[in-house]
Amino acid sequence: MKKISGAEAIIRCLISEDVDVLFGYPGGAIMPVYDELYKFQKELNHVLVRHEQGATHAAQGYARSSGKVGVAIATSGPGATNLVTGIADAQIDSTPMVCITGQVASYLLGSDAFQETDIIGISTPVTKWNYQITKASEISEVISKAFYIAKSGRPGPVLIDITKDAQFDMIEGFEYKKCINIRSYTPTPKFDKSVILDAVKLINKSKKPLIVWGQGVILGNAEPEFKDFVEKSGIPAAWTILGVSAISTNHELNVGMVGMHGNYGPNVLTNQCDLLIAIGMRFDDRVTGDLKSYAKQAKIIHFEIDPAEVDKNVKVELAVIGDVKQTLKEILPHVKKRKHVSWVNNFRELNKIEFDKVIDQEYNKQHGGLSMAEVIKSINENTDGNSILVTDVGQHQMVACRYMNFNKSKSNITSGGLGTMGFALPAALGAKIGDPEREVIAVIGDGGFQMTIQELGTIFQTSSAVKIVILNNEYLGMVRQWQQLFFDKRYASTEMTNPDFVTISKGYFIDSKRVSKRKDLNSSIKQMLSHDGPYLLEVCVEKEDNVFPMIPSGSSVSDIRLE
Amino acid sequence: MKKTTYTISIYTENNVGLLNRVSQIFLKRHINIVSITSSESEIPDIFRFVIVVNVSKEQVAKLVKQIEKQIEVISVFYHTDKQTIFLETALYKVKSSSLFEEKQIQNIIKDSRANIVTVKPAFFVIEKTGWRSETEDLYEKLKPYGLLQFVRSGRISVTKKSMEISKILNNK
Ligand SMILES: Cc1ncc(C[n+]2csc(CCOP(=O)(O)OP(=O)(O)O)c2C)c(N)n1
Ligand SMILES: [Mg+2]
Repeated sequence: MKKISGAEAIIRCLISEDVDVLFGYPGGAIMPVYDELYKFQKELNHVLVRHEQGATHAAQGYARSSGKVGVAIATSGPGATNLVTGIADAQIDSTPMVCITGQVASYLLGSDAFQETDIIGISTPVTKWNYQITKASEISEVISKAFYIAKSGRPGPVLIDITKDAQFDMIEGFEYKKCINIRSYTPTPKFDKSVILDAVKLINKSKKPLIVWGQGVILGNAEPEFKDFVEKSGIPAAWTILGVSAISTNHELNVGMVGMHGNYGPNVLTNQCDLLIAIGMRFDDRVTGDLKSYAKQAKIIHFEIDPAEVDKNVKVELAVIGDVKQTLKEILPHVKKRKHVSWVNNFRELNKIEFDKVIDQEYNKQHGGLSMAEVIKSINENTDGNSILVTDVGQHQMVACRYMNFNKSKSNITSGGLGTMGFALPAALGAKIGDPEREVIAVIGDGGFQMTIQELGTIFQTSSAVKIVILNNEYLGMVRQWQQLFFDKRYASTEMTNPDFVTISKGYFIDSKRVSKRKDLNSSIKQMLSHDGPYLLEVCVEKEDNVFPMIPSGSSVSDIRLE
Repeated sequence: MKKTTYTISIYTENNVGLLNRVSQIFLKRHINIVSITSSESEIPDIFRFVIVVNVSKEQVAKLVKQIEKQIEVISVFYHTDKQTIFLETALYKVKSSSLFEEKQIQNIIKDSRANIVTVKPAFFVIEKTGWRSETEDLYEKLKPYGLLQFVRSGRISVTKKSMEISKILNNK
């Protein structure tokens, strides 16, 4: 029988899992695998990033635009540790990802060998599962488990560490069976019919119900079921930052974002509703503000796939545990068709206050320096709501997610739970590769851009047509805002003396332009969008703008400030 | 919130690294592990951790869900002391001379139902299995005679009611 090396087995496993692209960076302990990648380059595209952190974020962007598992690969030691931020990000945002790291030969383990780090130990708290392979014979079974675990149930990152000798060893009779079951693991708990009926009772008799949905709707591919539920029940629905785009921005029952920089209506009315229906979200503290005064008057129903999320932060009346696609489908026939006209109007009225005080001022700004909101407005006006928005972390992120128009699901890719600056540029590259037909627009701050700026090299090398918008306020804006509001304007180390981003971009052979005048904004956005290939547009915006509304940390959602 | 002693029983696939995964869950929440033991269970190839913690009911419920979520964990249960039969074992190493010179020590051993495991020319070893209060009590009593070494195991426990782990496995 033909023998193959462990390294070849790894590649064959990936191909069997329908992997078409890997994001990675080579080095000593993973060289046997790279040697095989050379042989299999027709079947498997390898994207050479410029830093392993970029590989993880690109894999995340890929996963979130395509719905498939993203794959990142790196060498041992520093290669592996450079993956950790992205793994932690994928863990907290439930992104399906498999990371493969090389490791020193098994007989060297524990000897502090060159480039040996205990990546299993390091990654344990931030992975859904991890495993070290020391024998080639384990490869097939372990990799199939890795993919199964990464994508099933509540998705998450898995790390497989493979010693160099296991990559070199020859094995006989390679065969790949997709993993379909692990006896100690229940990815999708079965839902309980009686719980569904209890939920129906609460929903049908509620007078002022509010839905808050999160990314679970998107991860569960439950957008149609969700929309049916919202429309039939007539219940106003608000989103968390990772949930947005599951239904379109302009849907009449979409009442905006909850949380720290969310909209006025849904935040204030969280503390007035009589029933809060949480769907595929986990009551992050950025969503709930002070827990002691969060929706205390309301009964809460939690639709959730992960039992560990139930009662973790907020005690609920009823937990509908299971896959939301199934539970929402099950509930639909029992839900009364209703319209909550005056209740929905409450949201509109409050959101109108926000419009007058905040939105109109910045979105429709006429004088003075450019606002971030205007830039998003111009993007909205020049796209059809079908592009993918990738954002970094900071003020620009909040503004972009608040104002962007979405018509299609899987359109908002951002680092939510971890708030990882440097996420957007590599994630945008991954998103474009994951769904090449769609326009991918990355909106990034001047600070975060410089955290993974080197990935311009990857974008150039792969000619990925991502559009990069740098909202340059010459500040670590979000931190400066907190300094202004809560630290008496002591701007400790938040002002940035920036390089010339346009020139840097040119250095990477990516066309670029800087705009700072209102009259040039729209034409510049048009030029960027009509450009064939990657493009960088630097927009110089007002330096000391603040993002409002805002729930100061530790405050109640209903104490949201408009100024 | 009221703290209670809970015994957490974790049934797992035998797996390197799982101990790390489980202890991280406690570490992350600053929860002190009072004791921890691991051994085979009644089912072949399935291991059982017994972890004792002193926390509120709410906390233990959350901990158990986080542990249960780990891929190689089959099932997790938690119980109060009333619901379990539990023991710890302690070993006391004492100078042999005290055994012969101090008559009193023989009474202490007898009264506390401890056993002498071995007697060597230089030292002897006493074993006591029981509740924490009992091994502590013996510790206090032996202390005046000069303890050369003392060590106590973590708690092992079985529940009064069945845990039906085989049933859970068969349904998976
Ligand atoms: C890796 C990392 N380091 C630090 C922070 C803290 N942080 C949050 S927002 C922010 C400022 C971001 O500045 P910039 O990228 O310019 O965006 P802006 O807020 O100005 O739009 C900082 C430093 C973070 N989120 N991530
Ligand atoms: Mg900035």
